[in-house]
Amino acid sequence: MGSKLLKYILKRFILMIVTIWLIITITFFVMQATPGGPFNSEKAISEEQMAAMEAKFGLDKPLMQQYGIYLLNVVQLEFGSSIKMRGRTVIEIIGDGFKTSGKIGLIAAVLAIVSGVFFGALAAVNRGRWGDKIIQVLSTAFVATPSFIISTILLLIFCVQWQVFPANGQTAAGLILPIFTLSLYPMAYITRLERSSLLDVLGQDYIRTARAKGVSKKKVLFKHALKNALIPVITYAGPMVAYIVTGSLVVEKIFGVAGLGDKLINGITARDYPVIMGLTIFLAVLIVVATFICDMLYKVVDPRIEFK
Amino acid sequence: MEKKFDVNVNPRKRPFSMQLDLSKFEPASDAEKAQQDRMKPSTTFFKDGIKRLSSNVIAMICFAVIVVIALMAIIIPEVWPYHYEEQLGLGDKWGSVDATYKNLKPFQYGQTELDKIAAGEEVFPHVFGTDSLGRDYFARVIFGARVSLAIGLFASLIVLVIGMIYGSISGYAGGKVDLVMMRIVDIIYSLPDMLMIILLATVLNASGLKDAIMGTVLADIGINMLSIFIVFGLLYWVGMARLIRGQVLSIKQQEYVLAAQSVGASTGRIIKKHLLPNCMSVIIISTALQIPSAIFTESFLSFLGLGVEAPMPSLGSLASEALGGINSFAYLLWFPALTIFLIVLSFNLFGNGLRDAFDPKLRN
Repeated sequence: MGSKLLKYILKRFILMIVTIWLIITITFFVMQATPGGPFNSEKAISEEQMAAMEAKFGLDKPLMQQYGIYLLNVVQLEFGSSIKMRGRTVIEIIGDGFKTSGKIGLIAAVLAIVSGVFFGALAAVNRGRWGDKIIQVLSTAFVATPSFIISTILLLIFCVQWQVFPANGQTAAGLILPIFTLSLYPMAYITRLERSSLLDVLGQDYIRTARAKGVSKKKVLFKHALKNALIPVITYAGPMVAYIVTGSLVVEKIFGVAGLGDKLINGITARDYPVIMGLTIFLAVLIVVATFICDMLYKVVDPRIEFK
Repeated sequence: MEKKFDVNVNPRKRPFSMQLDLSKFEPASDAEKAQQDRMKPSTTFFKDGIKRLSSNVIAMICFAVIVVIALMAIIIPEVWPYHYEEQLGLGDKWGSVDATYKNLKPFQYGQTELDKIAAGEEVFPHVFGTDSLGRDYFARVIFGARVSLAIGLFASLIVLVIGMIYGSISGYAGGKVDLVMMRIVDIIYSLPDMLMIILLATVLNASGLKDAIMGTVLADIGINMLSIFIVFGLLYWVGMARLIRGQVLSIKQQEYVLAAQSVGASTGRIIKKHLLPNCMSVIIISTALQIPSAIFTESFLSFLGLGVEAPMPSLGSLASEALGGINSFAYLLWFPALTIFLIVLSFNLFGNGLRDAFDPKLRN
């Protein structure tokens, strides 16, 4: 078993490295294929100035050499500096945005898991009753609704109509709605997941055995059932990170939060190559690594799973 | 003694005789005949699925909503008196703009229209009001729904075709070919799709593709919409390919495939005639669930400003535009937002209904 597990981890690790390399390569070549350099939109500059600028940013070297230099730099976490925002390195910009985005994302993830598991368990225990039905209808509706629709509707209700929260996310109170919005979809998803998995576990023989031995209903639920029903939730943690990262692009734009998503969109509109490349790679690696960890955790936690 | 021969009585069968036991060939009794009576007409898989689907109330309501929205999106832009690009109040000969047409609330009228009404003429109301450029908002929302639906449908078709071809080849070939093809799928699958879409859409928007398609049919679609299709064609087919490969893998073990192979049917024929028709139900279900995801992706991109080109509206770009004036004209946001909500929700629930009705694995 041990060597099998090791082999599996190694295989997944290699896949992860290949994926990350592919992301870096795609990002590089895609940016190279874009016509119109970053200096085109600026006021007319002379040929020599243009050449000097290109030399400064290494744009005059042959393509493969640029690619090699780029790969080497990325491995050393050296993404260069922003072309549009003078004097700021991409790493600084990422760190700056991540302070906000990371905080929002983390709180949203915790909120989603805790309340998702709670509502899912509540629905499963009250199966077929009104509480279950209401939870099911709401979770289906939230799973089916694009995040920017929910965000805009919440913005309309709470910031425009009732003015409970400020509409820009610079202050702490302004971050409440973005966090809530971001957690809604994963929350609804986990609720559905937890409900069906808990129902499945509650029908197992060992639960009946425990009840037959005289263990109280409460203890069976908390000690035996919930623990096992949590396993499918772990599998969702990877996709959840991916959702929160991409979801934050929209949510940050709508609520005016100065996070990573906001920086990426600004970079796209300003065609600031180093920023776009750096942020895309950073976010993509975040998602890929989170998925990897999640997969590993899942295999370790549940001994019933076979390694292929 | 002469033995009397009776046609209705079977001769006694002697032990060890090779003679046929004629008692086994007696005419069937009425009780036995009754067993052969058909209690009800036999159904096909498809008919049975339709029956299950039509007894699912939620799925049928959603289907009705989809049909109504689709019909509206097809018919209304043709008969509506206002065009989605038309800036009202721009019409007079001096080319000056009548500002009273801008940002009208629902069922309000511009100055010249009010004059007409005062003169006793009938003016078609602006059901949803107008936007900041004086364009009839209802016409824009309906046309946006048409654009979004069309993108959802075509993108799903692209995903379906590529995924179907790739998945069936990989599953049927098996062995090393399958291994290599599936590794490629694994890698594409683990790319963060939304980030890659944003990246590709940004670049395709800026690339030289625009000049390349000048004057062709593709120019009418617009470069942004084209790049959405390209992105779908590049990234989104992997899920479908995996699904179909799994189906093909299990179906190709069946005896009828072996029979076809033994009489010398070609690979292409076996895939076309035996494998694909048998995974049809799975294909239909996942295509139905692909449509809302495509619509969602399109509206997401349009919302970020990477979607369809102005002045063509899509539901996502309408919502994005409306966000700018949210403090004074909040209703401009409600209409596209609710339309997307309705479309995506209906497609999702209808897709779930399809799955319940047609997926053999869920049968009991």
